[in-house]
Amino acid sequence: MRRALSSRQSTSGLTAVAARVGSAALVVLGVCTLVFLLIHLVPGDPVEAMLGEGARPADREALRAALGLDRPLWEQYLGYLGRTARLDLGTSFAYQRPVAPLLGERIPATLELAVAALTLSLVIAVPLGVLAARYRGGALDAGAMGFSLLGAAVPNFWLGPVLILVFSLWLGWTPVSGREGAASLILPAVTLGTGLAAVLARMVRSSVLEVLAEDYIRTARAKGLGELSVLWGHALRNAWLPVLTLIGLQLGALLAGAVITETVFAWPGVGSLLIEAIQARDYPVVQACVLLISLSYVLVNALTDLVYGWADPRVRG
Amino acid sequence: MSILRDGLPAGLLLLWVLAALSAPWLPLVPDRIDLTAILAPPGAGAPLGNDDLGRPVLDRLLAGARTSLLVGVGVVAISVLIGVAVGGVAGLAGGWVDLALVRLIDVFLAFPGILLAIALAGILGPGIDNLIIALAAVGWVGYARLVRAQILSLKRRDHVTAALALGAGPARILLRHLLPLTLAPLLVEATFGIAAAVIAEAGLSFLGLGVQPPQASWGSMIRDGAAYLLVAPHLVLAPGLAVLLVVLSVNLLGDRLRDRLDVRAGP
Repeated sequence: MRRALSSRQSTSGLTAVAARVGSAALVVLGVCTLVFLLIHLVPGDPVEAMLGEGARPADREALRAALGLDRPLWEQYLGYLGRTARLDLGTSFAYQRPVAPLLGERIPATLELAVAALTLSLVIAVPLGVLAARYRGGALDAGAMGFSLLGAAVPNFWLGPVLILVFSLWLGWTPVSGREGAASLILPAVTLGTGLAAVLARMVRSSVLEVLAEDYIRTARAKGLGELSVLWGHALRNAWLPVLTLIGLQLGALLAGAVITETVFAWPGVGSLLIEAIQARDYPVVQACVLLISLSYVLVNALTDLVYGWADPRVRG
Repeated sequence: MSILRDGLPAGLLLLWVLAALSAPWLPLVPDRIDLTAILAPPGAGAPLGNDDLGRPVLDRLLAGARTSLLVGVGVVAISVLIGVAVGGVAGLAGGWVDLALVRLIDVFLAFPGILLAIALAGILGPGIDNLIIALAAVGWVGYARLVRAQILSLKRRDHVTAALALGAGPARILLRHLLPLTLAPLLVEATFGIAAAVIAEAGLSFLGLGVQPPQASWGSMIRDGAAYLLVAPHLVLAPGLAVLLVVLSVNLLGDRLRDRLDVRAGP
């Protein structure tokens, strides 16, 4: 696992936090570097790719100077880091506007979709996983694992259109696309949340199974606690930690899946902005979208690590 | 049960590989435009109907199988090669080399899912070669991490010490004494990697960042068919089911391999 690489010795709490923040900062710098280098991967001349072949030499030179492509690489790099630190993400070619506010307008929609999908997947996965573990080997377990296999294999660029076909076109219950009202959120959230629900259900199941074999569960049963209390109070509470870590890691798949889901449903978020920008060769916007999505992923994982240490006294050490 | 569990996935995979390998020799016409058959539903002439240009969907599906197998195997092969090299050097060398490579791995892992591949494919431009480059550029990281962890746990073993004492160089230690012991987990990881690459190829092609038209890909078939969802749902249903079944079968096979080879379940 990723966590195995980051050095997390059982040092005192504050040192551990400092070490985690330090390694996250290094990763952030690395991500910025890679995103900076992206534009230098454009085959041939990026300026020519943006303006087309018929552009006047004067326009080309102007754009080259505006992008700073006429300066040495290290100077461009330092300039990029400095501007990014000030949240100056450049100017969009397609919209002729600064990128930062353009991105800002798209963030709420993506956040709303991600939170809805995460909530939905938890609502499905936790009861399903717990019940599958309780009735291990039974029909419910088989059904839950079947769902888990299917959900992990179904691509969201196919699930989306199929859901549109059934619920929007045939039944007419939900809007086909766009973001107007709560009903328009349902299908995108289901599309995005299914894969995560599948992975989480499997994890909840194996995690609860492990906990159910512990001594204190036997103690809880021996002292006459009801099955409900044992399952949801004792078992699930301790099965949470590995699930929490997995949610942090799976958020990456969720954010990348949001790019595709937003495209399917014309959902006006950061993901569909990224695809529009790629098609329009609007490189500053492409860079900014990739940077934003990756940095929020890094941030969430650093936070998950810290919460993990806080939630589990055994890790606190 | 075992027929259902093993026979069906194995049969589906065999079908996929056979279709992909034999596509050039089958009498397929995936690019034949027939304006009289536009959006025709499945029927006698074309078992899966025709698309918005009147091209037979079945033929395009089989041609798409070739694309997905090529990309799936190509991406995993390149990723494993890079991953073994990076992970092997990091694990064996240790010290600052290891530290630097681990930082590099951490940075690549900081990009969520296939986001980096989407950006790379978008910037490099469409085409199957760029698609493979973009996916391998993201895919090597998992193998590097796996190989490094394996080698760290193996390199203090007695047989390695013995080989060192006999004067074996680092390359020989890595290739002859360490890598053979990491083959089982690597094989399991690579199997799941093929499923991931098939989904990723279709996903990038769906976004218009994959293969160039008229070359067939299951992802671009879904993309093109989505516009005719109500009048011709078979355009979306057929390629989607193909992706789903292949990925499901590969995953099931991976699960079985993991159980058989007794590889400790990953996260």
